Amino acid sequence: MLKRAKALFLGLLSLASLLFAGGVSAESATRQLNMPQGVTEVSQAAYDIHMIMIWICTVIGVLVFGFMFYIMYAHRKSRGVTAEHFHENLLVEVLWTVIPALILIVMAVPATTALLKVYDTENPDIDIKVTGYQWKWQYEYIGEGVKFMSELRTSQDEIYGREPKGEHYLREVTQPLVIPTNKKVRFLITGNDVIHSWWVPDFGVKRDAVPGLFTAAWAKTDQPGTYVGECTELCGSGHAFMPVVVEVKEEAEYDAWLAGKKEEAAGYASTIGKQWTFDELMVKGEEVYGRSCAGCHQTNGEGIPGVFPALKDSPIALGPPAGHIGILINGVAGTSMQSFAEQLSEVEIAAVVHYERNAWGNDVGDIVQPIDVLNFKQSQ
Amino acid sequence: MAHGPSQNFFSRWLFSTNHKDIGTLYLWFSFAMFLLGGAFAMVIRAELFQPGMQLIKPEFFVQMTTMHGLVMVFGAIMPAFVGLANWMIPMMIGAPDMALPRMNNLSFWILPFAFAILTSTLFMEGGGPNFGWTFYAPLSTTYAPDTVNYFIFGVHIMGASSIMGSINIIATVMNMRAPGMTYMKMPMFVWTWVITAFLLVAVMPVLAGAVTMMLMDINFGTSFFDAAGGGDPVLFQHVFWFFGHPEVYIIILPAFGVVSQIIPTFSRKPLFGYSSMVYATASIAFLSFIVWAHHMFTVGMPIAGELYFMYATMLIAVPTGVKVFNWITTMYKGALTFETPMLFSIAFVILFTFGGFTGMMLSIAAADTQYHDTYFVVAHFHYVMVAGAVFSGTAAVYYWLPKWCGRMYDETMGKVQFWIAFIAFNITFMPQHFLGLAGMPRRYSDYGLQFADWNMVSSIGAFLYGGAQLLFLYNVIRTIGWGKPISDPQVWEGAQGLEWTLPTPAPFHTFSTPPVIK
Ligand code: HEM
Ligand SMILES: [Cu+2]
Ligand SMILES: [Cu+2]
Repeated sequence: MLKRAKALFLGLLSLASLLFAGGVSAESATRQLNMPQGVTEVSQAAYDIHMIMIWICTVIGVLVFGFMFYIMYAHRKSRGVTAEHFHENLLVEVLWTVIPALILIVMAVPATTALLKVYDTENPDIDIKVTGYQWKWQYEYIGEGVKFMSELRTSQDEIYGREPKGEHYLREVTQPLVIPTNKKVRFLITGNDVIHSWWVPDFGVKRDAVPGLFTAAWAKTDQPGTYVGECTELCGSGHAFMPVVVEVKEEAEYDAWLAGKKEEAAGYASTIGKQWTFDELMVKGEEVYGRSCAGCHQTNGEGIPGVFPALKDSPIALGPPAGHIGILINGVAGTSMQSFAEQLSEVEIAAVVHYERNAWGNDVGDIVQPIDVLNFKQSQ
Repeated sequence: MAHGPSQNFFSRWLFSTNHKDIGTLYLWFSFAMFLLGGAFAMVIRAELFQPGMQLIKPEFFVQMTTMHGLVMVFGAIMPAFVGLANWMIPMMIGAPDMALPRMNNLSFWILPFAFAILTSTLFMEGGGPNFGWTFYAPLSTTYAPDTVNYFIFGVHIMGASSIMGSINIIATVMNMRAPGMTYMKMPMFVWTWVITAFLLVAVMPVLAGAVTMMLMDINFGTSFFDAAGGGDPVLFQHVFWFFGHPEVYIIILPAFGVVSQIIPTFSRKPLFGYSSMVYATASIAFLSFIVWAHHMFTVGMPIAGELYFMYATMLIAVPTGVKVFNWITTMYKGALTFETPMLFSIAFVILFTFGGFTGMMLSIAAADTQYHDTYFVVAHFHYVMVAGAVFSGTAAVYYWLPKWCGRMYDETMGKVQFWIAFIAFNITFMPQHFLGLAGMPRRYSDYGLQFADWNMVSSIGAFLYGGAQLLFLYNVIRTIGWGKPISDPQVWEGAQGLEWTLPTPAPFHTFSTPPVIK
């Protein structure tokens, strides 16, 4: 009943625009109009108070605008009325000050309870550190030794219309965050470079990721599924390209996943020692480049003059490998060129350095091996 | 009394100390900025017409959103109301001119330089400002393009201009009222502007402080806003919004003043609850200083701070409601006619109130967790700033233009413009509420496919709305050049106030001898 009335209300609101939209696109089935109810206590609380406010505003709006339209109809000069001259009435003036104040006092009660829920971050079962980077997220399972980056998986070709856009356009990442059902998960959110903001609408969680500060939020849900969110604080040109994807798994499944992750971390060590071929590294490097570098330095390696330097023909890409590796590992202070030491593995760094030295007409010709990267790191 | 404006074009406009000429300069400048900021908006809406990057790169997109915000707030809306103040305040309080005419000239003529500097950064290496009109550090400091220094310089100049303009208004109203024009007899427009001027004098230095700290961080190695050096990026937001929230009232209070003049005229009935209007305006101004952190509900303040800012923000609804009820009761039992200024004013009341409703919703911190930094907020502030400030500015021009130039505008064209603007405005911004609730963040250069429909609708509305402004421009030029001459001082049947006792068109010098106030 409430749902139908709500739909009706929103429908009315959008009447003018809806007429228009009809012509634009008839098919889109899931055109969502309202705030999601979500799957946590907090998102439900936000939704409830949002609906209370909508109803209060609707009632006031109908009364006030209704009266106004009545006046515009009844007291128009063309109907031969003459204007009266009153310009004060203490009683109504007091009433329309006091009544809204009372409504507000009543409203303050649910508003406060809802906010207390948002802040109820004590006693979590699991702590996850969320770090915002330009332009990706890093998730660290505190105390588990599991840590990974989560980046947009949509390709530049899809974004620039050279390929058709997939169903999950801008809503897909390399590795989603995974959490279990029925556990209170606390997110400790911070930023690495500029301020970002980590938002999962279905959890009712949005917290700014501020460098030098931790903010906390929490979620607990019994509904497995994939929940998509966004970065909501302007963080530079890649702001629209760092979605949040969270997978909620049943507990057993989660445990298996976590165990797998831990094993992966251990097994990884062996690939570092392997000797890679030129072409293997080019293939791997191109993939890493597209994911982590092309956003700024562009797919063609030419950068954006004055903002992001070109790698094609750049002295660093053509110079000795150590300098090139160094920039990836240490970043360039005060610019958006961050340190990738924490974000990319030795294999990935080696591959992407190798790729940049041998793509777009850069033809150094040598091979950069993962072991070189490891040695570089250890020599620092 | 004999001398009129200088016959030499350059000395008339460059060296002018006449409140009307300076008012005219402000108004034309603001309209030019409105078109420039509008052009930026068209670029934004064109890119967002469809998902994917079609026309521009994300780097340029964020420069467009930033420049759009800056130009509209500081270049279009604020100067428009300063222009109206210049024209109308002396005429309304029975003064010969503004109190400080030379400063008046200076405060206008530095503005074009500020915006030339700001806009020129778009053509420089590194591009224009790309950190949003709220320029949060460290995106605007450590990570900003080098051109940020020009931006800072431009903001300083704008601030100086606003402070000078405000001092002038305060000095004029305090010292130059005609005998008998007591404070509680001043027209509402004058009242709202005095209060606005005090807000400006109070918060513009805070903005100047914020950009100066940025300048130090960027060039002199301080770390006010740099966590790595012991500073705090959140501090920037507190300082910015301590300026920023009063700023939104700086924008809307003069608009309140304008509709408080127009609605009584076309209702042929005095403004209802004059004194409560004055008190409500003053309390809004006071409250505007103590609610700033409602823009920062997701920054992770302790709950005590969050609760305080939530309660304080909710309170604003009370005086705001009083104003709305007063306007409606002014119309009650009047004899209404619906000329263009009245249409825009009624639309103002309805749409501004709608924006007030969404403001109330935003003030609930738990719900704001979901709304914050989404298109819902974009919709909210365009309801209050476009349907609020811009509509009332348009109403003001239609209302006073016949007085200014002694020619009548084309009423049919005015009404056509109104209806296009009204409908197009709602097509543009109503869907943005849905986009925000469904999860689309603001300042996004690209979006998922689920947001495609409403974005397209919104873009179509925006193009239409942009077109309506050209009609406005044409109507104004046509009026000044070829409009039907009128000479009735009254212009509008129901108009009250000193400005309507002056001849039409208004003489170059206003009241050379003080008028008698009943
Ligand atoms: C009843 C009165 C109002 C209330 C309660 C209110 C409340 C709010 C709140 C809580 C926000 C922050 C939303 C967020 O970022 O999550 C906000 C944003 C904003 N409001 Fe209002 N508001 C009101 C009226 C106005 C008026 C009159 C104006 C200006 C004419 C205005 C202009 C803005 C602007 C520009 C923003 C967005 C700033 C930005 O982040 O860029 N509001 N409002
Ligand atoms: Cu972002
Ligand atoms: Cu505010």
